Amino acid sequence: MSDSPSASYLPEHPPVTDWVHDFDHTDPVWTDDPFPIWETLRAASPIVHTERFLGCYMPTTYQAVKEIAYDTEHFSSRRVIVRDVRPEISARAPPITSDPPEHKAAKQVLLPPFTPDAMKRLEPRVRAICNELIDEFIADGHCDAAARYTKHIPVRAIAHMLGIPEKDGDLFIKWIHQILELGIKDENEMMSGVREMTGYFMTHLEQRKLEPGDDLISQLLRAKGPGGQPLTDEHVLGSLRLLLIAGIDTTWSAIGSSLWHLARTPADRQRLIAEPALIPTAIEEFLRAYSPVTMAREVMKETTISGCPVKAGNMVLLSFPAANRDPAMFPDADKVVIDRKENRHAAFGLGIHRCVGSNLARMEMQVAIEEWLKRIPDFRLDPAGKVTWSEGTVRGPRQLPVLFGKNA
Amino acid sequence: MSKLKIRVDQDKCQGHARCKSLAPELFELDEYGNAHEVGDGTVPAGLEDKAWLAQTNCPEIAIEVTEE
Repeated sequence: MSDSPSASYLPEHPPVTDWVHDFDHTDPVWTDDPFPIWETLRAASPIVHTERFLGCYMPTTYQAVKEIAYDTEHFSSRRVIVRDVRPEISARAPPITSDPPEHKAAKQVLLPPFTPDAMKRLEPRVRAICNELIDEFIADGHCDAAARYTKHIPVRAIAHMLGIPEKDGDLFIKWIHQILELGIKDENEMMSGVREMTGYFMTHLEQRKLEPGDDLISQLLRAKGPGGQPLTDEHVLGSLRLLLIAGIDTTWSAIGSSLWHLARTPADRQRLIAEPALIPTAIEEFLRAYSPVTMAREVMKETTISGCPVKAGNMVLLSFPAANRDPAMFPDADKVVIDRKENRHAAFGLGIHRCVGSNLARMEMQVAIEEWLKRIPDFRLDPAGKVTWSEGTVRGPRQLPVLFGKNA
Repeated sequence: MSKLKIRVDQDKCQGHARCKSLAPELFELDEYGNAHEVGDGTVPAGLEDKAWLAQTNCPEIAIEVTEE
């Protein structure tokens, strides 16, 4: 989506020449291939710092990431994206932007609709979505798997859960691009995305109050907060914002990276076709090796992490993806081992902010890979095309040209 | 062979549900998706490998396996 017209007037960051003292997760070199950069940073220190983004740390080891994720006293979640600016806190999205003690009640409201059992009920619809998408391009022998497949699966699944038209998915994708990518450097884009999204959901909220259903919006309106009171409209809107922002390009990225890997690794592809029971284990390894989501924290009080002093006023780029590549935690951390037995990866976070949609994401990934491999067992990257990756907070392929069928 | 017993530490479990996926016979989830050992946590003969698999895949290190 880097071809968006607004990309031209983004303030440019100077290119990075010293990664250890001046890292920037929006630099094109990082966007294209972050893995060697993380190795350099990890070799330098468990925590590195940049003056960019008004001051920001990055833990580079699994251990340092874990210490920060568990330490809600010194590290706040009130800002969860590392950006160029730090405007007043507005447009909260509980529980992801909540700290204790408010966090627990806000999270508990969202947990029951996302249990593995609830996801089993949604699974047939997701399987149908995948096949409807494949029907549209399978005869062509080629497609951009990001634009035609991975992008649409989570959007339609979430729309289905919320009881809103699946065709509104393109709107959601636009808002997410404004908030998660353009918003890092452009406050107006961020606010415009948030405003449009809030207006859209406000309309649906009012409708559900008149005609409640069994969809997720109606469930949130029926839910009770900690004092037994219904949630405020602002709280419900915030949680809907969260589900949309957190539930879409994350899983879109995870499915895309998995297909990217399989397109380049025929041996893994053939093994999964021969042993479909291994797919869930392989999905966990794709989640480890290509974790899409990097979170953020704000340092509230000075402390020490892995022996390094950390000062208040800085942000923290909480890179679960880098943690998952730490060789001190994972043998052969830089290799994708699809039958890896021991895999305590942190792709969905660690501690109280464990991704509320992890069961949804896992189900979508499994179904998307299963259905693709059933119908398109042989595929490869199109040498005439170019794979491009999203920038910033969520990493995954945004263009994924592949050949199959008559072109395989 | 000694008997294994499992226990999920409720202060540590965050509901990743890896244990339920890897060893559905040994774990159950509550309405919030948090895991609990089935019954008193005694691992039936033949399921020892699954108990260890669940233990080694829990991101929060919330599963204790003890040998009796």
